[in-house]
Amino acid sequence: MNGHELTAHAIRDLAAKNEIKPENIYDAFLTRIKAVDKDVHAFVRTSDSSPKADNAGGKNCPAPIAIKDNICIRGRETTCSSNILKGFVPPYNATVIDKILELGIPIIGQTNMDEFAFGSSTETSAYGPTRNPWDTTCVPGGSSGGSAAAVAADEAAWALGSDTGGSIRQPASFCGIVGLKPTYGRVSRYGLIAFASSLDQIGPLTKDVTDAAILLNIIAGHDPRDSTSVNVPVPDYTKSLVKDVKGLKIGIPKEYFIEGIDPEVDRAVKEAIRVLEKQGAVFSEISLPHTEYCVATYYIVATAEASSNLARYDGVRYGLRRKAKESRQGALIDMFKETRAQGFGSEAKRRIMLGTYALSAGYYDAYYLKGQKVRTLIKKDFDEVFKKYDAVITPTSPTTAFKIGAKSDDPLSMYLSDIFTISANLSGIPAASIPCGFSKNRMPIGLQIMTKAFDEETLFRIAYTYEQATPWHTEKIKK
Amino acid sequence: MISKDDVTYIAALARFRLNEGEIDKFTKDLEHILDYINQLEKLDVTKVEPTSHVIPLTNVTRKDDIRPSLTPEEALSIAVEKTSGFFKVPKVIES
Repeated sequence: MNGHELTAHAIRDLAAKNEIKPENIYDAFLTRIKAVDKDVHAFVRTSDSSPKADNAGGKNCPAPIAIKDNICIRGRETTCSSNILKGFVPPYNATVIDKILELGIPIIGQTNMDEFAFGSSTETSAYGPTRNPWDTTCVPGGSSGGSAAAVAADEAAWALGSDTGGSIRQPASFCGIVGLKPTYGRVSRYGLIAFASSLDQIGPLTKDVTDAAILLNIIAGHDPRDSTSVNVPVPDYTKSLVKDVKGLKIGIPKEYFIEGIDPEVDRAVKEAIRVLEKQGAVFSEISLPHTEYCVATYYIVATAEASSNLARYDGVRYGLRRKAKESRQGALIDMFKETRAQGFGSEAKRRIMLGTYALSAGYYDAYYLKGQKVRTLIKKDFDEVFKKYDAVITPTSPTTAFKIGAKSDDPLSMYLSDIFTISANLSGIPAASIPCGFSKNRMPIGLQIMTKAFDEETLFRIAYTYEQATPWHTEKIKK
Repeated sequence: MISKDDVTYIAALARFRLNEGEIDKFTKDLEHILDYINQLEKLDVTKVEPTSHVIPLTNVTRKDDIRPSLTPEEALSIAVEKTSGFFKVPKVIES
């Protein structure tokens, strides 16, 4: 097997036995990037420097990692794939970056994303779209599409992404890899450029469940710099990598098997349920009655928070500054307007406008407050289910990866591709997507596993048991 | 229903300079999206408490101790324009 095809834990183990050299493994990935990234376009920036240049320790894990372009790395341009942040070089590291560098994990590059994570296809990037390595006429999903494609195409051993409404899980599903959105508050958001602060969470995108557990071990934990990170002990998640789901009670919400779901996805997920049943899990049909309101609620809450978070991009301090040709209201306000008009792409503008509207005088109660109240109902649905069940299983997305351009002119149909992933962000619970098969066109299908808040252990147990009983995670792109 | 005037007003609040074509496009888009969002009207939520945050944390405080932070030089290293230790912006008050 070539070095770039290895999982991160395989690289770590081989390096510990001195069977591979960190420099060689890094070069193997760089060679791979040079060979395939002109087709895939997973990266917006790569680092040719050897791993040693990036960290002092060089401790024990030389598996190169890719970082989504919205996580701040000191001294490296970080832009959220937006023109408005072109040239922004953070003077500090995100907490997750400090943790990764402390372990000697080399950062091989920064990955493409939908601008400010606004999208489900990585088509709204100011750098142009990323392509799905399984079929380059298809999208990789989004918004962490670059991270997912980089891992699927063996351009990085593993990656970090962020998930506000499915932005780790949906691209993981479309690219046939493992993606985990941890419990809200499990991982520090310090240095993650904010989209919707009550929903955003950083998480791993990996080639298998073991790597996801290892990476969560590294990044999880309370951080005094993020007052929304929660001060509860972090278990060793690798201890949950056991092939045993006997007696676990798993709910299948009837609202997630709707009309319009791709029959191949439906079949693969139901087959996955049978596999877990054989392993001893006990399934029952359940109801999450407010499911149909998730997307509407999300597009109020997320855009309202985004409009507030993105108000800071005004040309005053960093990033882009554009002066108005003629000044009507005064040079400063006209500079704000001109900078934001030129710096943001149309989806970013659309969402900021929607959020501004939902928060504006006269509409606050009808939209934002209403959204927050329905969010309570959605969260209560899950609270009730987790009183009786250990986990909930659904498809990650209703379809496999769609064609590039297929949904870019219809914002609402793009929003609906997150229909199954949004509820976990609204209710704060952990959720993962793991590969569960392929369509007849050989496009990957994802299985979503959700558990109650701070119970990533049960999630890993189910994911690992399923993975070990099936061949999907070993399938490679034929090229 | 959302009008072109509404969109112009929101654009002013959001500090966007939009051209006529964009105003038309966003009026159409927002109307389409709000039409979908309006399905929430089916739900009676008068007795439901709003959720602004899923984790029950309130008033996270810390001791008022000085801790390491960016120097003024580091903070200004990212400035578009700066002058004697400050971010510089276009003139606000005419002389």
